[in-house]
Amino acid sequence: SISVAFLVWPLNEFNYRSTHHLASHGFYEFLNWFDERAWYPLGRIVGGTVYPGLMVTAGLIHWILNMLNVTVHIRDVCVFLAPVFSGLTAISTFLLTRELWNQGAGLLAACFIAIVPGYISRSVAGSFDNEGIAIFALQFTYYLWVKSVKTGSVFWTICCCLSYFYMVSAWGGYVFIINLIPLHVFVLLLMQRYSRRVYIAYSTFYIVGLILSMQIPFVGFQPIRTSEHMAAAGVFALLQAYAFLQYLRDRLTKQEFQTLFFLGVSLAAGTVFLSVIYLTYTGYIAPWSGRFYSLWDTGYAKIHIPIIASVSEHQPTTWVSFFFDLHILVCTFPAGLWFCIKNINDERVFVALYAISAVYFAGVMVRLMLTLTPVVCMLSAIAFSNVFERYLGDDMKRENPPIEDSSDEDDKRNPGNLYDKAGKVRKHVSEQEKTEEGLGPNIKNIVTMLMLMLLMMFAVHCTWVTSNAYSSPSVVLASYNHDGTRNILDDFREAYYWLRQNTDEHARVMSWWDYGYQIAGMANRTTLVDNNTWNNSHIALVGKAMSSNESAAYEIMRSLDVDYVLIIFGGVIGYSGDDINKFLWMVRIAEGEHPKDIRESDYFTPQGEFRVDKAGSPTLLNCLMYKMSYYRFGEMQLDFRTPPGFDRTRNAEIGNKDIKFKHLEEAFTSEHWLVRIYKVKQLDNRETLDHKPRVTNIVPKQKYLSKKTSKRKRGYIKNKLILKKGKRPNRKTV
Amino acid sequence: MRSAAAAAAMAGSVRAVARRFLSEYGGGTAGRLKALDAFLLYVLLTGALQFGYCLGVGTFPFNSFLSGFISAVGSFILGVCLRIQINPQNKGEFQGISPERAFADFLFANTILHLVVINFVG
Repeated sequence: SISVAFLVWPLNEFNYRSTHHLASHGFYEFLNWFDERAWYPLGRIVGGTVYPGLMVTAGLIHWILNMLNVTVHIRDVCVFLAPVFSGLTAISTFLLTRELWNQGAGLLAACFIAIVPGYISRSVAGSFDNEGIAIFALQFTYYLWVKSVKTGSVFWTICCCLSYFYMVSAWGGYVFIINLIPLHVFVLLLMQRYSRRVYIAYSTFYIVGLILSMQIPFVGFQPIRTSEHMAAAGVFALLQAYAFLQYLRDRLTKQEFQTLFFLGVSLAAGTVFLSVIYLTYTGYIAPWSGRFYSLWDTGYAKIHIPIIASVSEHQPTTWVSFFFDLHILVCTFPAGLWFCIKNINDERVFVALYAISAVYFAGVMVRLMLTLTPVVCMLSAIAFSNVFERYLGDDMKRENPPIEDSSDEDDKRNPGNLYDKAGKVRKHVSEQEKTEEGLGPNIKNIVTMLMLMLLMMFAVHCTWVTSNAYSSPSVVLASYNHDGTRNILDDFREAYYWLRQNTDEHARVMSWWDYGYQIAGMANRTTLVDNNTWNNSHIALVGKAMSSNESAAYEIMRSLDVDYVLIIFGGVIGYSGDDINKFLWMVRIAEGEHPKDIRESDYFTPQGEFRVDKAGSPTLLNCLMYKMSYYRFGEMQLDFRTPPGFDRTRNAEIGNKDIKFKHLEEAFTSEHWLVRIYKVKQLDNRETLDHKPRVTNIVPKQKYLSKKTSKRKRGYIKNKLILKKGKRPNRKTV
Repeated sequence: MRSAAAAAAMAGSVRAVARRFLSEYGGGTAGRLKALDAFLLYVLLTGALQFGYCLGVGTFPFNSFLSGFISAVGSFILGVCLRIQINPQNKGEFQGISPERAFADFLFANTILHLVVINFVG
């Protein structure tokens, strides 16, 4: 398996590149790293605009291994980081479920999270993403939080803070924690479940977690400035007031307390209200940022921030993907939730809130499925474990002593094999069951078999999904022929390798932002925009260049110093994720910033269709992206059944087959035309006329005829000797 | 007239309540807790002083102000936690946390907190 793993390249090029930088230059260099290869004229301050947890973790493991004289390459550490952390996630899920329910449910939950596709997608070897370690941090933080609420010990709370700090350093999803925990406390207050343990846990967590989270440069002062974090502060203040009143109530009589209560509440409410108004008015507290706002109003992003809506991960989740990612668990977890709510206690309130909020968020965005997966595993495990306890477990208590003895003997004989023991006990139980009252043995058997069957199917599904959907690297595409053989399309790497070998080291490559990290990582060339979409206007400029006509695009590209343009074209092999299919997002994003130059309606037919054939709008047929995608495509006949220039992705014959470039030239096209690279020509030394030289209508009366070519005159010989009669030729003597 | 009388009555009752509270506090609180309360009062005043400074003069080195203020608030919170845990009246709620353990936790938490504060103060 090792040899397989080395073929896997870290999926996230940028994370790998920065980890490599960290490993080779040290931590301080990394924090101060200014990456001039990204976001071309701007550059990117990597240390301040990245969650460093992932890189630091990988760098630390690499450093420790090398200290122990285990020489591994940093790439191998990166490749294997996600599987290692998924193991840790399973352990922390076990711990959390054990706190919530019991040990058996914990084991089941750990098994589920180990194979569930929703998490496998982030934990396969080679997936080097923030989410991989963040889910571990999330689960571990929740475990420590539940533990500290249960015990009321400051020690556990401080551990929870440290785990929270790790989470903040790893992923922006820490906002989920800092809102869920206050929500838990708030609901506990509402349910009259306040206890001093909750006070200790939350107050300590909030204040230490606050200052710890501000140590991450990218987070900075956000925890006290932005609205996302204000709920936590509000609950903190509320809890202080509540605890103080509780203290007073224990000391005073009811009459006295009421007097004070009235005074205190009105004072506190007035102060809080005034200070919030003052702070918002003076601009200390920023309103909700767009990304979070889009979580509440799902239509918001589509209207105001197309860049967020354009990411496929930010689309609303479909029912299919719930089933695809969670399979049977999505059906059983409501049962687990119901069990929790039925036997409620402090920590089960927490898991119920966790489930409800995570379901909501997963419904809004596909990407947040990741936060739903662990809680679904835990609750399903609780449901399954409860069912098994009812249909198998109760009988164990009623076992006769001799049977117990025999099973113990079995245990002594082969102590390592615990599964064997469980199997034996089950058999004994079913034999013995015949004489028992209550549920009949048949029903018990049937239910048990049914449950086991479900679990088996779940395991089969997980294996299938893992091998089909999540284990192939995104950079290599695979296609299947009719007979089932697999074709590997390695066009991306071919193109990046071409860029690496054949272009200038400092060449600037323009592409849509999806490919920015790959170009930077694999081709090692400067990019204009990349997957870190922090600068909307810059992306809009690239989108504008792609969607305007060639001469307008040339001006933009000149101003951005672009040397090469890289596009993805799937029309030959029928790859649907190509740039023409993403093109409308480029237009929308460009329109958001340059509404005067680009209008989305121009790219549709009058009937409102987006089509690339002859009926398509002329603006579309002449824009740069169209021309680059279909340049010389009209000459190519893929199939005898289709006309030349037939686009297999959109199933249409292209409308503009006669494409000529003035400022660009084709530099490279990969084997399956998947990647096409164009070179942006330099300005001409002398401006060429774009029309023929002017012809005057003055017709000369007599055509000038050159003497040399005239047929009427005979040719003559130069320096011909002229003979004068009567004279000897003047001969030079030797 | 009536409102003034009501306010006066209210002020009187509040004063009475406060007086009773103080006497109760003086009588029914262990000496250890009183010492801790003195510490808490000191920390509270330190925090209030910093906040007053921030309002009056400005927050210019913002991280320094924050770390100072959070250090005060954090110490206060940790002190309150310690006080809750070692209070004999709350014995039933904290099984397995002896006063010694509570104090050790307090020290541990303070170490972490102030390491971060030192890092942040700049």
